[in-house]
Amino acid sequence: MENHKVVIVPCSGIGKSLGTVGRVATYKVIEQMKPEETRTVCLALLTMGDDDALKLVRENPCIAVDGCPAQCSKKNIEASMGKLAHNIVVTDVLRNNRSLKPDGVIELNDQGDKLAEIIARILSEKVDEILHKVKRE
Amino acid sequence: MTLATGKVGIICCSGEDLPEGTISRVATRLVLEKLRPDQTVTLCLPLFLAGGEDERAFARVFPTIAVDGCDKKCAEAGTKKFSGKPVATILVSEIMKKYPRLKVKSREKLDPQEMELATKVAEEIAKKVDEILCKTAKK
Repeated sequence: MENHKVVIVPCSGIGKSLGTVGRVATYKVIEQMKPEETRTVCLALLTMGDDDALKLVRENPCIAVDGCPAQCSKKNIEASMGKLAHNIVVTDVLRNNRSLKPDGVIELNDQGDKLAEIIARILSEKVDEILHKVKRE
Repeated sequence: MTLATGKVGIICCSGEDLPEGTISRVATRLVLEKLRPDQTVTLCLPLFLAGGEDERAFARVFPTIAVDGCDKKCAEAGTKKFSGKPVATILVSEIMKKYPRLKVKSREKLDPQEMELATKVAEEIAKKVDEILCKTAKK
């Protein structure tokens, strides 16, 4: 498998700030930390069965980033028969960082941004692990 | 989500891959938080598409507005497929044509120009909300 990218798919849940945390964490990775190794895809487009979106998640390892335990991104990647390599739930990460109180959907508060940074670092490490594994296969 | 009367549901695509998706999302929240907080609710599109029964029930009973970033119109198509046709669709890429000086490039944080465009889109959504509620009240 050459030239494969890890596709990071946040749920972008709009009702609460945790959906924005996942979305912002994703952009930190795909735009700043690992721009050559990662990309994203519109979750709604994937769920609606767009051919290009389906091809992308079926041919590349994917990481789902979900805001809440409903895990919409994970479920939709699985339903699309995508290669789910890992999934992160923001509420799980928040549980380990209880002092943070994320707020805001249009724009995150500083603590929300800090949580997004923490998740972005986890994602970045996971991307390295996944690509390392893929290269060895 | 609690079902309530006199409300319009706004379903945006939040498209992650395009700046227009972020505009759709921010514009929707501007309507919910600032322009029409008492008349609108939002529905989480991925949850709706993944089978969220509350979301689907709301969209079957109450009027909805789809807010889509591009002409693939995922929010409109998803709502139509799982509940009922939205009363209106707002297309960010169409509204952008009216304001060629407003360029969009960010997917994460919007700059002042992009926020201005999001506000224009939000105003269009709010106008539609008023039209829908006015029609509903006349019935």
